[in-house]
Amino acid sequence: MISPKFGIVVFPGSNCDHDAYWVLRKLIGYQTDFLWHKESDLKESNVIVLPGGFSYGDYLRTGSIARFSPIMNEVISFAKKGNTVIGICNGFQILLEAGLLPGVMLKNISLNFVCKDVYLSVENRETKFTKGIKTDSALKVPVAHGEGNYFADNNTLKELVDNNQVVFKYSSKDGEVSENYNPNGSAMNIAGIINKEGNVLGMMPHPERCSDPVLNKTDGSLIFKAIANNIFN
Amino acid sequence: MFKATVLIKRRSTILDPQGKAVEIGAKHLGLNNIANTRIDKYIQFDVDAKDKNAAEKEVAEYCKKLLANPIMEDFEFTLSEWTPSEEEV
Repeated sequence: MISPKFGIVVFPGSNCDHDAYWVLRKLIGYQTDFLWHKESDLKESNVIVLPGGFSYGDYLRTGSIARFSPIMNEVISFAKKGNTVIGICNGFQILLEAGLLPGVMLKNISLNFVCKDVYLSVENRETKFTKGIKTDSALKVPVAHGEGNYFADNNTLKELVDNNQVVFKYSSKDGEVSENYNPNGSAMNIAGIINKEGNVLGMMPHPERCSDPVLNKTDGSLIFKAIANNIFN
Repeated sequence: MFKATVLIKRRSTILDPQGKAVEIGAKHLGLNNIANTRIDKYIQFDVDAKDKNAAEKEVAEYCKKLLANPIMEDFEFTLSEWTPSEEEV
């Protein structure tokens, strides 16, 4: 099997770029490169990772300035050609501002920054980000955000459901989805969605922070391995 | 009842990091004629005071002591009289 090359975009204020690099390059062993936001060369990457952090200090709106960084022109046309893009946390917010995914992120309903492990029920196991994830139970992945309260109008939410675009929902350990397990007030407990075409994933939880066995949490690596296994199929 | 609108501006000599960061976005957008972006604060609230003088006094105190930091910011406000309609009460 050919293994894909990952490109991790580094914006001013990204702070999960090295975590992602550690997991992809050092831990799993995929070819991986950093891509500085002012560049316009994706260095023949097969998968683009928009990492977590606080690009441009989260000024104006989260992701709103990073969305116009020069490399985003390339990322957008890369995505529009059907190539694989994953945005994690701030990366998800950037994808929303860039219009590659629908909706917006509001301030967490508690008004607090939330940093803790949560469980994710995998709602769609037929995506290139989830296909082949063997475990039936919910994935344990940490969140760390102040603005993760996913919001979209009712038509958009209905479309997300109708097209099976909701990939992850906040849930109990057993995969039960209810308001009790919603850490930020997200509509329908949404933690991660894909675009209609299925090649762009945005998720608020951080799989790169729960992939190294030394942390006693490895569910995150299932997502990266799924991408690598599915991308050329 | 009065409606107050307050505008709080950072003094022009004081760095506005948010304005600077946003302006980088403008450059990336190709908007090269934009300069000196400043992001200020626009705040609205109601004041239930017996007359306009009393309302002004209260709003000024709110601005001076809490909404603005007079060391680096200036404020201005306007008040308009307003009678809540029945639905709003």
